Amino acid sequence: MRRYLVSRLLQAVGVVFFVTTLTFVVVHLAPGDPVGAALQGQNVTEAIREKWRADYGLDRPVSEQYVKWIQLAARGELGYSLSHRRQVRDVLADAMPRTLLLCSFALVISFAIGITVGVLQAERPRGPRDRWLGRILLLLYSVPEFWLGLLILLLFSYRLRWFPAGGMTDPVTYDYLSPREQFVDRFRHLVLPVLTLGLLSSAGIARYQRGALLAVLPMDWMRTALAKGLSWKTAVRRHALRNALLPTITLFGLSLPVFATGAIFVESVFSFPGMGLITVNAIAARDYPLVTSGVLVMSVIVVVGALLADIAVAVADPRVRLG
Amino acid sequence: MGALSSKARLTGTTVRRRLRGDARAWIGLGTLAVMILIALLAPWIAPYDPNAQLDIAHLHSQAPSLAHPFGTDTFSRDVLSRMMHGARVSLAISIGAVTMAMIFGTLVGVIAGYAGGIVDAVLMRIVDAAFSIPSLLLLIVVIALWGEIGTVFLTFLIAGIAWFTVSRLVRAETLALRDADFVVAARALGVPSWRVLARHVLPNVIAPAIVAGTLAIGNVILLEAGLSYLGIGVRPPAASWGSIIQEGAERVSDLWWLTVFPGIALLITVFACNALGDALRDALDPRQLHSAYDE
Repeated sequence: MRRYLVSRLLQAVGVVFFVTTLTFVVVHLAPGDPVGAALQGQNVTEAIREKWRADYGLDRPVSEQYVKWIQLAARGELGYSLSHRRQVRDVLADAMPRTLLLCSFALVISFAIGITVGVLQAERPRGPRDRWLGRILLLLYSVPEFWLGLLILLLFSYRLRWFPAGGMTDPVTYDYLSPREQFVDRFRHLVLPVLTLGLLSSAGIARYQRGALLAVLPMDWMRTALAKGLSWKTAVRRHALRNALLPTITLFGLSLPVFATGAIFVESVFSFPGMGLITVNAIAARDYPLVTSGVLVMSVIVVVGALLADIAVAVADPRVRLG
Repeated sequence: MGALSSKARLTGTTVRRRLRGDARAWIGLGTLAVMILIALLAPWIAPYDPNAQLDIAHLHSQAPSLAHPFGTDTFSRDVLSRMMHGARVSLAISIGAVTMAMIFGTLVGVIAGYAGGIVDAVLMRIVDAAFSIPSLLLLIVVIALWGEIGTVFLTFLIAGIAWFTVSRLVRAETLALRDADFVVAARALGVPSWRVLARHVLPNVIAPAIVAGTLAIGNVILLEAGLSYLGIGVRPPAASWGSIIQEGAERVSDLWWLTVFPGIALLITVFACNALGDALRDALDPRQLHSAYDE
């Protein structure tokens, strides 16, 4: 177990380091620089631009900037965001809980829907219910994230006016609301993004869950369960599902990158100021420190999530732990 | 060995018979054929010039009508014509990227699986790393910072994040084949490695690669649309389905046709790829020969 954990941990660290370096290199090889972007269209002499570059250390060799950046990042100093005119750490500290909130709600919804649909399908494989649910899932699987978001926005926000069109809180009234009303307002702003992200991810989970169930149905212990008089439904829901949930834990780790990218689109559509929207906006502003750190933090979250999922599987399944 | 003995019974005839009986294969193939035909013939069948501003004063933001079945955009351009030309861009990028990804991914997978040892370990760690990073994010960074990138470069970049799914699949297949009797026999006869790979291994791993490729086309279409939606894919005035949606997204509340129709085109095409891919996978799956639920 310890050997497995250590090797898995080393791998995770390696991936984070790889992503960090790649991001840094890509950002710094790209044409254009943050000073140029920040001072764009302003009547500023070249001397002042040079002064800015020197102030932010942008005149140093890339290798030196890299070493310095790694040293600082290790201490949690992520630099200064030129587009927000704040510390990158503070910008991300604001955005991260929002994205985590969005993603964890969506995660719960998608796994609840996904596992339920998977079980409903696997109970009667190739039956009409399985086929119809399969078609619906395939359709959901084929929907562009941002398009589903726009349709949901169009229907529930602009047409039916049930939920607000975007943002975190009501821009006008929020400050004047009582704490309870503020909570309700935040919740109402979360509903549509969570619904979009949750629905989208549930399709893959259901397909996976159905496959995992079908793989265990022909097992000997299923025959035993039926032979001792359990109904088919009970056997599937009690025995098969319990055994088929293990791959689903792995899927949790695998689905984190999907959630990260999904969050980018969903946050863009619903103007939800989380990690995704802030990183996308930072790219447009050529805000190097924010882009690099945003990608770094998202990658770390994804890698750590996958690591936790693998550890959970190892704890639950002796075959992985000992093998 | 077990996998191979059952695979031996999976003949081409069986696969063809299964595919013929599968509605998903027909629907997928038919839809894709229609879309590709529309894309190829777009310059001749599109009712208007896709980039022409027909009458900026009187014809902008028109709801769907007989003259403009899918309406016009804020620049008075005909949405149907833009969608037909957009199909060219979307499909060309996707098919191009997936073809490249399949070739490269298959090569890496075959080499890793056949060589084994250090080569395999190194290649597979790279694939593992590629799987665990949010590659879309990196792609967005590259494209956004490099600014005006052409369609060809975009295709290469997308291929760059699509190949490793194929690699992993092909490697697993190659591992199973490496010790198969006919491969061992070829080696024992002194056939050089490259020839064993080309004549005996490759033909047997093509099928799973094709399944992965078909499913990947759908994903890549979505990816290109997503990038264009974020404003960093296909550059204006050229149209792709994603960029038409992006242009209409700001005003989705009143100009809904700019969002709805290109999205439906995307949905139908991606659905067709996924349906065809699923049908192919089931038809090529040897386990389903003797499974209880195949009747």
